[in-house]
Formats: sequence, C-alpha cells, structure tokens
Amino acid sequence: MGYDLKMRVWRGDASGGDLGDYSVEVEEGEVVLDAIHRLQATQAGDLAVRWNCKAGKCGSCSAEVNGRPRLLCMTRLSDFEESETITVTPVRSFPVIRDLVTDVSFNYEKAKEVPAFAPTPRDEDGKRRMAQQDVERGQEFRKCIECFLCQNVCHVVRDHEENKPAFAGPRLFLRYAELDMHPLDTNDRRNLAQNAAGLGMCNITKCCTEVCPENIKITDNAIIPMKERVADRKYDPVVWLGSKIFKRGDRAGRDEV
Amino acid sequence: MTSADPGAGTRHPMTGNRMDPAEETEPHGFESHDYDVVVVGAGGAGLRAAIAAHDAGARVAIVCKSLLGKAHTVMAEGGIAASMGNVYPDDNWEVHFRDTMRGGKMLNNWRMAQLHAQESPERVLELEEWGALFDRTPDGLISQRDFGGHRFARLAHVGDRTGLEMIRTLQQRAVALGIDVFMECTVTEIFTDEDRETPSVSGAFAYWRETGRFVVFRAPSVVLATGGIGKSYQVTSNSWEYTGDGHALALRTGASLINMEFVQFHPTGMVWPPSVKGILVTESVRGDGGALKNSDGDRFMFNYIPEYFKSETADTIEEAEGWYADKKNNRRPPELLPRDEVARAINSEIKAGRGSPHGGVFLDIASRRDAEFIRRRLPSMYHQFKELADVDITAEPMEVGPTCHYVMGGVEVDADTEQSLVEGLYAAGEVAGGMHGSNRLGGNSLSDLLVFGRRAGHSAAYHAFKRRDRPLNLPDDAVRASAEHALAPFSVEGPSENPYTIQKDLQDVMQRLVGIIRKADELAESLVEIEKLKERAKHLTVEGHRQYNPGWHLALDLSNMLIVSECIAKAALEREASRGGHTRDDFPNPDPEWGARNLVLTLPSGQVGDSVELKHQTLPGMPEDLQPLFEEK
Repeated sequence: MGYDLKMRVWRGDASGGDLGDYSVEVEEGEVVLDAIHRLQATQAGDLAVRWNCKAGKCGSCSAEVNGRPRLLCMTRLSDFEESETITVTPVRSFPVIRDLVTDVSFNYEKAKEVPAFAPTPRDEDGKRRMAQQDVERGQEFRKCIECFLCQNVCHVVRDHEENKPAFAGPRLFLRYAELDMHPLDTNDRRNLAQNAAGLGMCNITKCCTEVCPENIKITDNAIIPMKERVADRKYDPVVWLGSKIFKRGDRAGRDEV
Repeated sequence: MTSADPGAGTRHPMTGNRMDPAEETEPHGFESHDYDVVVVGAGGAGLRAAIAAHDAGARVAIVCKSLLGKAHTVMAEGGIAASMGNVYPDDNWEVHFRDTMRGGKMLNNWRMAQLHAQESPERVLELEEWGALFDRTPDGLISQRDFGGHRFARLAHVGDRTGLEMIRTLQQRAVALGIDVFMECTVTEIFTDEDRETPSVSGAFAYWRETGRFVVFRAPSVVLATGGIGKSYQVTSNSWEYTGDGHALALRTGASLINMEFVQFHPTGMVWPPSVKGILVTESVRGDGGALKNSDGDRFMFNYIPEYFKSETADTIEEAEGWYADKKNNRRPPELLPRDEVARAINSEIKAGRGSPHGGVFLDIASRRDAEFIRRRLPSMYHQFKELADVDITAEPMEVGPTCHYVMGGVEVDADTEQSLVEGLYAAGEVAGGMHGSNRLGGNSLSDLLVFGRRAGHSAAYHAFKRRDRPLNLPDDAVRASAEHALAPFSVEGPSENPYTIQKDLQDVMQRLVGIIRKADELAESLVEIEKLKERAKHLTVEGHRQYNPGWHLALDLSNMLIVSECIAKAALEREASRGGHTRDDFPNPDPEWGARNLVLTLPSGQVGDSVELKHQTLPGMPEDLQPLFEEK
C-alpha cells in the first residue's frame, strides 16, 4: 500500500531559507509527522521539527501544511491525493529558529502576566466542593494543549508584529476566561484582560476557533463571554456599585488585580 | 553579546550560537548559573520537586528537554490514585497501601508504598488549591473512578486527560512562583566533587537544543525527574524524550539502579494503523465498563485469573456484570486485574491465533455504554480513534495490544528523602525505583510523581542549605571534557553510523529479545547484540551544525538508551523467576526467594561504553505492624 510521497519542506533559519524538494516512502494510515520522521532518518538527519507525544495530546508539532495551520501528528496522509505534493512550512506568526521549529517564547511570556488562581479557603473537612456543571465551563478551556495554532492564525498578530506587546492572544483569553469562570477564584482580572492583555483588540472573526485541534469554542465560549463580563464592569455603574456594596452573585468575594 | 565578546564574529545572528566549535571548548566561554537545586525534567515529578524546593526557600532551576508543559505526564489519561474516600468512605491509606503492594507482588519498597498511600490524598487536594478542575461527585467532591488492582474507586480524574490537567496546574503554579525554567535544554552530565571521600554533587552540564551552546549549572543538589526508558522499544506509548537519561546520568555519577528487569507492558495500546501502533488506550475504558474479547467473541480474561487474585475476582460473566451496579456483593471483572496479568493474557490469545485482524484483541465498550456516556467519560479516546484510525468507539470495538509503557525499576533511593547513593543526587517519579515493586498499578504513577517529587524537592533544598558554606568544586577540565564528549559525533573519523539506524536496531533487539515474555537464550543474545550496537555507536556521526539538530540530540540520547537497555537485559537474564513485569518462559513461577531480592546495577568506571555490574540485595523487610493488612479475611 506504500507509495512515494512528494514533499516540499521549508529548510532554513532566521537569516532565510527555501523549500526543499523530497520524495519519501510512506505507508497506509500514516500522518505527515511520520513522513517527516522518515525524511529525518533517511535523508535529512538534521531536519529540525518539534514533537513529543505523536497522539495529539501535547501540542508540540504545530506547523503549516499546504498553508493551513495543523498538528503534524494529526494530519493524515489519506486526506491528500497520492499524487499531491505536500508542503510543510513553519508556523508564520513566530520567528523561525530552524526549519520547522519556531520561537514560541511569546506565549510563555504572556502566560507569566496572568495573575495566579487564588481560591477561597477550604471547607471545614479540608475538602472543597464545586458542582460538576460549574467546573465544566473551565474544563473546556483546560483541554487546551498549548499548540499555539490559535495564536498563529489570529490576524491581530499574524502579520502585525507591532501588536504583540499589547495583545496576549486567544490562548491567554482562554486562561482569563477559565479563571473568571472558576467557582472558587477570588481575583477579578477583567480590567487586566481588557487593558493589559488586549481583549478589546479581538474582533471575533473566529479564526482561532476554526483551527483549534481540541475543538474548543474559543470565541463563543471564552472570548465573547469575557467581553460581556468586561462590558458589565465598565458600563453598568449600578452593577458595579452593587457588586462592591453587596458582594453578591458571581462576583462575590472577587478582588480586582 | 557585546562587541567586546571575542566570539562575536562567529556567532549566529539570531540565536547567538557560536558557530565555531573551537571557541566553545574554552571553559570561560560557557554560560553558567548558580542555583541551590537543579531539577532535571519538567513532568509531574520535576515540577512538583521544583515547587517544593522553591517553597523551602531554595533558588531553583528547572531544566527540561522539551517546551514547558509538553513532558510525558501530559499523556497520562486515567487518573491520580488517592484514598480520599469521596466515593467509597471505607477507603483509606491502608487499603491503598495493600493494593499497591499486592499489585507489585510484594517486591515494592514497603516504606515508599506506605508514604505514597498516606500522602497522595493531600497532594491531590493541593492541585485543586492551585487551580486544577477535577470531575465532581454529585455532592461536589472530587470524583474517583475504578481502575485495575484498586479495591475501591479511587482515581481522581478529569475525563481521560488527567495528565494534561496535572501538568498544566503544576506548570502554572511554577510560573506563578517565578521559578526559572530552562526549556529545550538537555543535561548530559552531573558533576561531583571528587576531592572528598564520598562524592557529592557540584553541578550539571547541558546544551541548549535551540543553539547547540553549552551551559553549566553550579549546584549542590540535583533532582533527576527524567521519566522512563520506553523509547528503547519498538512498540511503546512513550514519547521521544523517554531515553533513560536520568537512569544513565545516575549510573555514570556513581549511583545505582534497582530491578530494571521490571518493565510494564500496558495491555491496551493501539495496534492499527501502523503509524499509531503503541499509543495508549487508557485503562479507564475497562474501568468504565469495557470488556476484552477475542476473535471468537469470548471474554477470555475469565480463563486467566491467577490463584493470587482469585478471591477478589469475579469468575462468571454474571458476577462481573453485576459488579458495575453492585460493588458490595460482586467481585471485580477480570478485565480489571493488574496490568501484567492482562497484558500476558492478551499476548497468549494473540499467539494462540485468536487475535483481531491487525494483531490485537477487541476492547468493547460500545455494547455496554451509550454514546453520550462514552464521549463524556472518554473524550480523548473517542477523538484519538476517530481521528487516527477511523474507528467510532461508541459504535464498534477497538483493537488493542500490549505496548511498552513504564519501567518499575530505577534509581535506588532512600524512601524518605529520595536521595540516591550519591550525596546531593535525588530521583523522583518514573526514574526512581522501588515504589512499584514488580508491577505498577494504574493511577499510582501520577500520585507517585506528586508525593516523591515533593519529598525530593524538600530534601534537595535542605541539603543545599546544610552545605551552603562549603564551596563547590567544579573543575574546568571536567567541564571541558563534557563539552568534548558532547561534540564527538561531529568529528568521528572512519566508518560512520547513522544514529536513527542504531536506534531502530536497538528497538528491534529489545522488542524481539527482551519483550513481554523472556527466555535465557534470547536474553543472552540480546546482550551480545547490545554490545555490537555499543561498538557501532562509537562511530556515530551527525550531519549539519549544532543549531537545533535532532540527529545530534539523538546521538547523545542514544548512549543513555544503550546503557539502560543493557541494564534491563542483564537483570532480566539474572532473575530466574517470573513476577509482575518480568515473565520468564523458562522460569514461569514466582519463586519466593527471588521475591525477597533486589537486583542492583552499577557502572563502576562511570564511563559510557563500559559494562554495568550486577549484584543481589535483600529486599527491606516490612515491619510487623503492617503485616496484618496482608492476611486474608
């Protein structure tokens, strides 16, 4: 069932590079990462690519396949015609280190800026209680495997390096939303999300949701609700005052950070 | 990089990588850092150790081969075993301790098993404190699920992606505490202070994968948390990182390994398509009702219930079925026997010609549970089979077979402090040995990481404070030798060997000759083959330069894989008895004398390429007050 797959793989570094042409033998049921590995083992020992689990769980092998942001380990060769040439390039929004490996430190720097979870004290028996339905919202966001494909496609930064300092990106909006919806958290990060993280710059084109390999509804379930929560805080003085005086509802016991 | 930098002219413009290797062999040319504790590895154990050491006041560095958050822990699926008693109030540490010891066929270090059972509930609650969102019971507590070998439902879980939740929680905690992380940085050497009678850790040597530049850490304490060895096998659930780095570093530093022959083959890995062969299918599938069937449609596990577990295992389909609804009056289905038992049974069925079309057996949850239940409880299994194998597990059975998953053996450590034989060198998690005996129960790994990661971190910090006023001896020539050693594959003369080819050949040898069922002649042959591979490895060459060069990285990892494989094969040949994750076709019975004996491996010369030595050691005896837990009622 094997055949010779024609591939074009970007080789190079920060100073520049080119697509290299390769032909590699592949088998039934394989994914693009298998083809890349076989290239490494037989033709290009120094071809740089990140990968870990090869099962869609770690989010390391992000790249662009025929221009579409994908996980290499979850992109099956059977999705393409056998005669088709598959082109693999590094993700575009981050600086290239070498070949398919890019510098994703932007995401780790932005993650450092999110104030940590700060829970209420435990119950008397030393445990905590939360309802399943209350944790499920946050659980959806915590499925994130940090492949950063959402960061890669987000047009706010994709070809706009200048926006990066003021914009944390969809991955981090998930994190803000998750904490804001956590039943036991005591921090109020809405102001921070809006200003420091640049939530306001997102104009909900849903590119991030479309590429998420975990099928997290980033825009509908995290970003839009977060925008609404920010708007509540900003524009409704009665709600704002009420929450300060009565400490009730969703906002009870939350302090702005 | 200032203009005064002598190497500036030969540096890579973006990464600052010095492209001229001669420049780098000058010791003052290396980037260097001072820490109290250096943690090698950023999986569950490494992160927990770093947090503990930081909390104890130490200056801590985490050094890891991959990006932060990508370590192998991320792949753990089922859950964290802890006797919180949220689902069954009868559960307590004593029952968990007993299950763990029995699952390990009593070859466990009893003290580690005890500490583990006692401390894991608090370690789980701590994760919740740091933001983990576990699935809940109806009254809002952390939910706990059934797993093989555990008497009560005791695994705290998040669907079937518990490892991801755990690593993200620990990662976010470590980031919040401001702990320094050196990502994509591989440790190749641990330095010891040789001037003293007993060697003591003085630092570590590493290279940045991104640039190929070297970095020196001066530190009195090093915690190894590097995980396992699975990449030495062809069919494995383990990622590329699992090359036995910590095992090899420990040996070369003068520490010892115990019981390396005990390798866990998880009973259920994917078998098809070939590209995903070995990828894990969580035990939760069976815990949640999945049944194993052969090509005749028989639930064959009923034919493989060992004497040892007869009293607690259902022997009819009716009783096994009854257990799902009424756990008090029915015994557990045989599908939930410990992993070694199930893996051997599957292996036998396949060998007897009753396998599935692609050489596995069938795992069927679709005929017991509805689609909604399966998608909610096993979302990533659903996703994995759908995306990679075109199989809808809510409608049809999965095909599964054994896959190399975990090594029970590892660095010999003190049970309370996790210190190895070398002062200042600690090991926690999969890289450490003893805790799981001859077979690990599912769910006990994640809890192991937390319990012993924390203990190792505390001990490492304490050790650093104790010796704070003593200067670290880290001689330049040792540093220079490490650099030369790491660069060797770039300048080998004569015949040349490709690291990828040697790795493939090693995987073939280990899979064929040191696999799930072993024999003396095959094991002896494997040792001969490993020697040949070691010889070939002397001629490893890599193409290209030092910047992010996977061929070079593999060449360096390969020497670790070879040492570790030799340890496994040698100990497997020596232990002439079957027990847990070590099955000898020529010695099928669990000899009681062997059941009280550890096999200890050392590398007396400390040199890569030299042979490991093996000796016998009596297993530490369990105190009398714990004995009654093992008397059958």
